[in-house]
Amino acid sequence: MLRLIPVLPFLGFLVNASFGRRISRRAAGAVASAVMLASLVVALVAAGNLVGLPNPGRALVEPAFSWISSGDFSVNATLRLDPLSAVMILVVTGIGSLIHIYSTAYMDKETDSEYARYFSYLNLFAAFMLVLVLGSNFLVMFVGWEGVGLCSYLLVGFWYQKESASDAGKKAFIVNRIGDFGFLLGVLLAYVRFSTLDFQDLARSASALSPETSFGTLSLITLLLFVGAAGKSAQIPLHVWLPDAMEGPTPVSALIHAATMVTAGVYLIGRNAVLFSHAPITLTIVAAIGVATALLAATIGLVQNDIKRVLAYSTVSQLGYMFLAMGVGAYAAGIFHLYTHAFFKALLFLGSGAVIHALGGEQDLRRMGGLRRELPIAYSTFLVGAMAIAGVPGLAGFFSKDEVLFQTYAGGHTLLWIVGLVTSLLTAIYMFRLVFLAFHGARGEEPGAAHHPSHLHDAPPAMALALIVLALGSIVAGYAGLPRALGGSNRFERFLEPSFIVSQETRRAAGLQGDLEEAETATASLEVGLMAVSTLVAAGGIGLAFFFFLRNPRAADDMVNRFAGLHRVLANKYYVDEIYDVTVVQPIRIVSEDGLWRGIDVRAIDGTVNMVGETVVGSSEILRRLQAGSVRVSAASLFLGVVLILGYYLWR
Amino acid sequence: MNHLLSFILFTPLVGALILLLVNSRNEDAIRWIANLVAFVGFVISIPLWFLYNPQNADFQFVERATWIPSIGAEYFLGVDGFSTLLILLTTLSAWTAITERVKEFYIFLLVLQTGMLGAFMSLDFLLFFLFWEVMLVPMYFLIGIWGSDNRLYSAIKFFLYTLVGSVVMLLGILALYFHNHTVSGVYSFDVTLFHKLNLPYNLQWWIFLAFFLGFAIKVPMFPFHTWLPDAHTDAPTAGSVILAAVLLKMGTYGFIRFSLPILPDASRQFVPMIVVLSIIGIVYGALVALAQKDWKRLVAYSSVSHMALVMLGMFALNPVGITGSIFQQLNHGISTGALFLIVGIVYERRHTREISEYGGLSKVMPVYAAVFLIMTLSSIGLPALNGFIGEFLILQGIFVVSKVWAAFAASGVVLGAAYMLYLYQRTMFGKIENPKNERLLDLSHREFATFAPLLVLAVWMGLYPAPFLRRLDSSVQHVIARVSPEYIQKNAAADCAAPAPALAATPTDATVAANGAAAFLATLPCGPDGRPLAASTGPGTTSGTGADIPPSASAGQTGRPGEPR
Repeated sequence: MLRLIPVLPFLGFLVNASFGRRISRRAAGAVASAVMLASLVVALVAAGNLVGLPNPGRALVEPAFSWISSGDFSVNATLRLDPLSAVMILVVTGIGSLIHIYSTAYMDKETDSEYARYFSYLNLFAAFMLVLVLGSNFLVMFVGWEGVGLCSYLLVGFWYQKESASDAGKKAFIVNRIGDFGFLLGVLLAYVRFSTLDFQDLARSASALSPETSFGTLSLITLLLFVGAAGKSAQIPLHVWLPDAMEGPTPVSALIHAATMVTAGVYLIGRNAVLFSHAPITLTIVAAIGVATALLAATIGLVQNDIKRVLAYSTVSQLGYMFLAMGVGAYAAGIFHLYTHAFFKALLFLGSGAVIHALGGEQDLRRMGGLRRELPIAYSTFLVGAMAIAGVPGLAGFFSKDEVLFQTYAGGHTLLWIVGLVTSLLTAIYMFRLVFLAFHGARGEEPGAAHHPSHLHDAPPAMALALIVLALGSIVAGYAGLPRALGGSNRFERFLEPSFIVSQETRRAAGLQGDLEEAETATASLEVGLMAVSTLVAAGGIGLAFFFFLRNPRAADDMVNRFAGLHRVLANKYYVDEIYDVTVVQPIRIVSEDGLWRGIDVRAIDGTVNMVGETVVGSSEILRRLQAGSVRVSAASLFLGVVLILGYYLWR
Repeated sequence: MNHLLSFILFTPLVGALILLLVNSRNEDAIRWIANLVAFVGFVISIPLWFLYNPQNADFQFVERATWIPSIGAEYFLGVDGFSTLLILLTTLSAWTAITERVKEFYIFLLVLQTGMLGAFMSLDFLLFFLFWEVMLVPMYFLIGIWGSDNRLYSAIKFFLYTLVGSVVMLLGILALYFHNHTVSGVYSFDVTLFHKLNLPYNLQWWIFLAFFLGFAIKVPMFPFHTWLPDAHTDAPTAGSVILAAVLLKMGTYGFIRFSLPILPDASRQFVPMIVVLSIIGIVYGALVALAQKDWKRLVAYSSVSHMALVMLGMFALNPVGITGSIFQQLNHGISTGALFLIVGIVYERRHTREISEYGGLSKVMPVYAAVFLIMTLSSIGLPALNGFIGEFLILQGIFVVSKVWAAFAASGVVLGAAYMLYLYQRTMFGKIENPKNERLLDLSHREFATFAPLLVLAVWMGLYPAPFLRRLDSSVQHVIARVSPEYIQKNAAADCAAPAPALAATPTDATVAANGAAAFLATLPCGPDGRPLAASTGPGTTSGTGADIPPSASAGQTGRPGEPR
């Protein structure tokens, strides 16, 4: 049954890829959405079956076939559903279905064949994403891992006639490949160390070890895997591709670059939680990179003017939170945030899509404003999403972000907690800046504003449906993990916990806090206190945004002028792209073109060869009268020589 | 079926002879005959796939007759899993490469095919050398007559490079031949006999160097590679396809068939040199490919990089590495062959290979763009396609030997994606800016049919490589028994009833703390029956001197033609 989950979208891909140009666009969209819904149903049934199993070690395993078998090395194409992958498949198929439905309306301006091409890619993406989360070993996971990268490449570059789009697709793929470089080496090292690539076997082998106190093999394995995770999940220093990836259609940004694919890195760490738990050094690095990414991306998000880029940096920042959670060993909290983030970030992207769709492709915040009256559905749902991400109490983001921060604080990482808190202030500011600039105030006066159609249409039914469902999700999703401190039982985390089987001894030895339950009961008051702090921070952030971007826009301009240097650095994203260009891209270009190709290949090697040739030709001028100099003669004399040598030895 | 190999071998040659008799103005008949012969050549090689018995470590389909009795040269053919797959690759490539040309072109192509097939089948070293040289001439003319701009320079460069290599190789063969006579008193070029020789180290060293020059030029390894971009660029499409898909494999085939098993000590000794050259080749080829402005030249340099990876996997000298190396040779044949066909398609329509002349082709040639994309992905090793399996096995094989080497080799993964996607973007994406591209025709059905088998193979080998890997097992074991017998000795001692994963499932600190690589080396290939593979395949395992060709008796038992000895 498990294999149906990825196979159904794959069938949808096959249909649209082979007959897409011959069937109507309605049929193409319907097929693509139907297979996703079917896959969702199967996923729900499978998850139901899983819950029905006895708790410790519940899992559904479905071996398919022996994939690679060479000598002693063998890998099976096996799928495995455990609590962690159950959460993931529900997110992928659930949000995926909504985004497919949304896309049927959003992409309506494309020609028939482009429409089918779009849906075939989207289905293919879902299939690979499901393979990624269902694979029971590294190589099957890698199939999905690279497959989603491919679909991301294709979808980012969907409007391939635009150079910026195809550039962005290429950049995404190549930066991800740098991550894969680490991933592959990590996998190889894990195999050499443990003679298996199966997640279960690896976890079992690793849990017999004691955590590494110095940088050893496990630390290296996990660090290499983290390089892969950082590539896929756009963490510093490999974050540069995600903002550019916004060149793709907006539903793609929602599905791939917010809700699902970019969380694969977080999933990778969760999937190998036992390995990471035994490598505290790597965990420290993960947490540090995560929190640094969260902070820096949020600061960049403050000053961007492209609505999708703000959301992109927000995604990078939120992914940083997830890595922070993973890094402090709060795996369940990290996955919890992944799950709630999928709702509200997909919602925000789709909401921005509704705006862009209404404005005929306009993405610049400076040319928006006052849209709340014309686009009530887009506005109200977007507001829910913004409140959820900003951490307004009662909404999904509040519970998950708070859980991450609480676990960070409870684990004794006060510094990380402070940075996390600052980031959450920035999150509230940039998100409500976006809300106020786009939906409140007056229509922007920048040139180009006049081109907007006078009457704007709100989201059509298919888009509205997705927006409303996701808005509801952004409100209620958090209650699955209602913490004890608020009278819940944190069922979400308790459900996930078996997937991160780490014995208590290891947790303590690795410097992670003790048993979750124990920690929670002991610190309920602490948690409530921290929640209050977060709530104040969120309120403060929204208030600041209100002051600067709605009440008193001139104050914002004053700030920009006063800190012009800082503003320029942020607006230029800390010049990371420029730095990479100067230190990596250009040197490679120059070395390969002028150094290796024209220098070594053409001048040194071929020059030498040609010189030898010319010398021979020159000297043979002298001998020319003696022979004809043709290839035939050379071949004949070669043969003669061989015969002579042979003859000498044979008859001597 | 006693003469299956001979049938496969001479079908193209007979076709060439028939073509000689046809009036060259009768173009329809010529095209018809040539295509039919190429097709038949492919079809009659298919039984090899089914009749080859992977359980039998022997050379199979053996044919043996005296050829030049006075010097002991024989007409001695036989195949193992490795050469079986290369033969199928050859006949398939020859079939897909057949394009509409004149009579002489077809004749050269068919003679070339016989030469390649003969080289893969020969178990007599002199016969091998004959076929090796036979390949040279038709290729020379294919490039020199039907090539593009700089064809004469390229053709002569190709010819001279290969000739230099093969002359030196011939010296090596002769040294081997006379040494064998000194030891055994028999004049013979029997390769299976040579596989059992234990040559003195000094001699091995010299012969290895001689073979190395011949094979390394063919592969081509850095720094002997500069003939390749020229030859590829100027050769007609069919020539490039054959060159990439099959001819380059002659070098790697030579290393695996001759250098490693005949000269095991020297092979081990030369590992550092070959590894360094291979790593340079991987990175260098990829970087230079990145800088190319000519579509074909770019693919040619990608070949340099890929074949360097093949060499690296081979000289890991362990079963996984060599298996990966062979598998990657097949992949390279399929994906690079296809990439040359792809260039050929637009070259036929536009008569230019300049990348800057293209752009935006996705719009007018969507099917073509899709095929190109799949082959690009196969070439850069995307999992679920063939390239990944080979790449991963090679990396794994090399990783066990040295993590640093593996890290260098894996950098090819990044660079490969860079140059291929850069190429794809420049040719397929963007707006059509050149008006000449606006009316380009998409793939015709016939053209698509050419790609179909390659696409099927790319997916099949990526998703279910087991049938291929199974056929390679005994070939790999045979080489390993000679060059790294320690794997086989451990094998014999291993208890396959408790394979590695089971051990790993219940590790103690002690077992896991032990060197991981040692544990890896200690785990051994098991046959489907659960017994160690080598123990059931070769008698040499117990003695440790190498599992060699079992005596002719076993060949007789399995219903294969016995060797008249």
